[in-house]
Amino acid sequence: MDILVTAITALDEAVLLVLHPSQLLYLFIGVVLGLSVGVFPGLGGIAGLSLVLPFMFGMEPVSGLALMVGLIAVVPTSDTFASVLMGIPGSSASQATVLDGFPLAKKGEAARALSAAFASSLFGGLIGAIVLTFFILIARPIVLAFGTPEMLMITLLGLSMVAILAGRVALKGLAAACLGLLIGTIGEAGAGGSLRMATYDIPYLTDGIKLVIVGLGIFAIPEIVSLLRKDKSISEKSTLGAGWLTGVADWWKNIWLSIRCSVIGVIVGVIPGLGGSVVDWIAYGHAVQTTKDKSAFGSGEIRGVIGPESSNNAKEGGGLVPTLIFGIPGSGSMAIFIGGLALLGFDAGPQLIQNELSLTYTIVWSLALANVFGAGLCIALSGGIAKLTTIRFALLAPFLFMMISFAAFQSRQSLGDLIALFLIGVLGIFLKRFDWSRPAFLIGFVLSSQAENYSNNAHQIASFKFRRSLEQGFEYIASPIVLILLVITIVSVVIGIRQAKQIFSEGEMSTGKKTAPLIFLLVLLVYTTTALINAALIDLTSDKIFPVTISVVGIIALLILLIKMMMAPEGDIIFADSESGKEGHEAPYGLWGTLGWLGLLLLLTSLLGFILALGFFLLVYFRIRTRLTWPRVCFFTLLGLAFMCFFAYILNRDFPPGLLQELFKLPWPLT
Amino acid sequence: MHKLKLAGLSIILALFTTVSSIVSLQADELDLSGKTVEFVIPFSESGGSAKWANFYAPLLGEALPGQPTVVVKFMPGAGSTKGANWFQDQSYEDSNGTLIFGSSGSTQFPYLLGDPRVKYEYSDWNVVLASGTGGVAYLPPDLAGMMNGMDASALAGTDFIWGSQGATRLDLVPLLAWKMLGMSVEPVFGIKGRGDGRLMFERGEANIDYQTSSAYLKSVVPLVENGQAVPMMTWGALDNNGNVVRDPTFPDIPSFKEVCDATPGCETSGEAWDAWKAFFIAGFPAQKMVFLPKGADQDAIDTYTKAFDAVIARPDFPEISAARLGMYPQMTGALAAASLNLGTQVDPVAKAFVINWLAEDYGVTLDN
Repeated sequence: MDILVTAITALDEAVLLVLHPSQLLYLFIGVVLGLSVGVFPGLGGIAGLSLVLPFMFGMEPVSGLALMVGLIAVVPTSDTFASVLMGIPGSSASQATVLDGFPLAKKGEAARALSAAFASSLFGGLIGAIVLTFFILIARPIVLAFGTPEMLMITLLGLSMVAILAGRVALKGLAAACLGLLIGTIGEAGAGGSLRMATYDIPYLTDGIKLVIVGLGIFAIPEIVSLLRKDKSISEKSTLGAGWLTGVADWWKNIWLSIRCSVIGVIVGVIPGLGGSVVDWIAYGHAVQTTKDKSAFGSGEIRGVIGPESSNNAKEGGGLVPTLIFGIPGSGSMAIFIGGLALLGFDAGPQLIQNELSLTYTIVWSLALANVFGAGLCIALSGGIAKLTTIRFALLAPFLFMMISFAAFQSRQSLGDLIALFLIGVLGIFLKRFDWSRPAFLIGFVLSSQAENYSNNAHQIASFKFRRSLEQGFEYIASPIVLILLVITIVSVVIGIRQAKQIFSEGEMSTGKKTAPLIFLLVLLVYTTTALINAALIDLTSDKIFPVTISVVGIIALLILLIKMMMAPEGDIIFADSESGKEGHEAPYGLWGTLGWLGLLLLLTSLLGFILALGFFLLVYFRIRTRLTWPRVCFFTLLGLAFMCFFAYILNRDFPPGLLQELFKLPWPLT
Repeated sequence: MHKLKLAGLSIILALFTTVSSIVSLQADELDLSGKTVEFVIPFSESGGSAKWANFYAPLLGEALPGQPTVVVKFMPGAGSTKGANWFQDQSYEDSNGTLIFGSSGSTQFPYLLGDPRVKYEYSDWNVVLASGTGGVAYLPPDLAGMMNGMDASALAGTDFIWGSQGATRLDLVPLLAWKMLGMSVEPVFGIKGRGDGRLMFERGEANIDYQTSSAYLKSVVPLVENGQAVPMMTWGALDNNGNVVRDPTFPDIPSFKEVCDATPGCETSGEAWDAWKAFFIAGFPAQKMVFLPKGADQDAIDTYTKAFDAVIARPDFPEISAARLGMYPQMTGALAAASLNLGTQVDPVAKAFVINWLAEDYGVTLDN
């Protein structure tokens, strides 16, 4: 009762603060900034927040908060644009949205998908705020109940979604996930610093490959290349179907799903260290499991959009709990948020909630309000922006190449980013072509370091406890939360395997000759075996055990597949090869030639630096590939250059330099 | 004819260069108006270095001539080695005073231990600020109750679990101190930051922890007030004669030296003590430093030194810094250079002792 009274008094104050006109204005500015930054895939809230931090010092605390919160709140909203319209996972929070959102856009229903997503985001944000208002007062003991074994179990629950997304041949999904996990271990090990599949001679590899690059490479590049080959628009129909009103109606019809996924979002968000990478997969899995007719998942089921989108905004609210209560950020943007709070003179931590409850509520409800603003704006815009999907894709593609190269470079600001992007892109193209589940690969990659870290730490602590006494050990690893999560995970795997056969993330597949799929399998086998040998040579057990285990599982899966391939007749689903179907035969342009355009841009960048390379690339592309008239060629080229320069200038970002820049010192933006 | 033209051209060119160099000579007093200064931190956004840089950035911006915007840019990777290697490749002419770098104890230790990944050289850089800090070890109340005053020998029978970032980082100072007290502390390697270590302590997974001063003040003091943690000892501070004394930020908490003196079996002299002290001096009293890249001219160094002096001389500085950084020396000029020396040199005997101990107890080798 006491808690309720304090909560309501503080809430009263907070409402007055939040609804003050000047705060609303700052919040709105934050929202607009966040939307503009969030649209850019891979940049996200971190870039936006770093942008406003310098102005934060000395600002009125509540105004500064409003600005920051506005910015953070809408990033998971606006990155939906890239996910739905282009099949690019805008951030880790919207990976799952791609699975059904993008097929909807291809069907000409982009506006419907977008508005359903935004309505879900809005609702998820509100639910998050309501739950938090009360939960934040009692959250501390609950959050502390999540120790390392519990975190490990949640990570495993996330990984269990692989079962559902494994595709037609479950073993292929498993192998893809193992490959993702292995790629995630590249670089210095978290525990002992041993190198895995890397050498100090290539410093880029020692730091591992970043999510932005993998997301862009595995999803965006194969989609862009495949669309560009067909030389049509994204939407396969020339007129746009269902509009934004339908989307909002869709969300309303699935409101209970939206509520459940929002709650999932808050709960996962509350646990520090997990961040946004699992929440959308768990929500997606939940959406699949609770839908009677599963046949449309992967090819444009609106529930597959509503689930993840409801959860990812709710997660931002949940993420405030560890950020505010423990001063431990749940994600990169929350980390900068803490920095911003400090600039305003507040220290995140238990004392903030005890002494400044009204301020805490101001943060929570500014977040909710920003969600309303942001999603409202986005719904209003979605009808218009969806028209992008009817433009001839050949005109969009070079700008997309430009954007993904720039976004990829932001991950490490090294030329290695661009090389990694290209190589991962090639891998993505093959995974798509031979129907190896790309979502399974991505889930594996995203959860790799968490899975390794938590299992290592949990193992270390558990063995100390077991050494003390058996009882203490079991008490530690078999807590009620662990057991409950274990049951959920097992159920989800069992159901998942049963349902996987109905969910085709790559759409219809045709089969072709045996050779190409077989060669790709052998290549994967060579890589996993190399990774196994490489890991086996490491001295420290803590650094080798995880890659060894994973590569052994991967090799076993691949070997069984190999045997199956030898036994199966040509035409079996195991030999899926999209090149032998419609795409391969009807597309007017070849695969490699199309990919070559991206290669050209990256190659030129390594020689001339990004801006010069981009100018040259755009000129050549528009003239040769799309055969535009010279005035138009020049117009589009200048447009691209101007946009890039403007954007980079505003965000204070660098461009990839090339060989030329090493030899000569050039003024910005040629640097 | 051609030759004449060429000669004329070169004369004009020469004149032009002379004039412009004279102009630039006059403009040597660094003016940064309208510029953006990048303050590169080789760690992620959540650590102690981030707190320190976020604290200084806006103050420095106000104090520099022309009031530039100072933005903190994070470049994490390989425990700061990546960012430091990157900074090594930067030269002053590329940035003209718009680039500074903040290093930390975790940048110094791999350098001191001869880690093969280290490609940077401190003596190439130009130090303009050195900030000291301290650290506090703390225990759960029941275990703290076992200590007999400052005598820690009763803790010898307990198994301690501790979340650690890695044995070659700053964490080797506490690890060695506990070992010298005869405590058996099992480090769980691989946590991402000291904040995660504290969370493990709060959850009861770990039963010992330490934090650097700014983090202790902010996050552990509330735990102490609630009776969930009890401070065990600080690492102490250095007085002007190089002796380890009580940390002035925590006058009520004994230093490791006092605890060691009171514990039979722990010696404040000899090989182990010397090694501990050497690494403590390298890691804490000169922990965080700001550098200009190699090739910086004296004017730039002076400009930055003056600016940091102005920040430190602010009337409200003691108040705002005590709350966020603790009461530690913030040094510029010759003092900063002296502490750079302290922080980047370690006695070869101490180094050999630590390398041997890391290999024996944790299997960590540094020659890969």
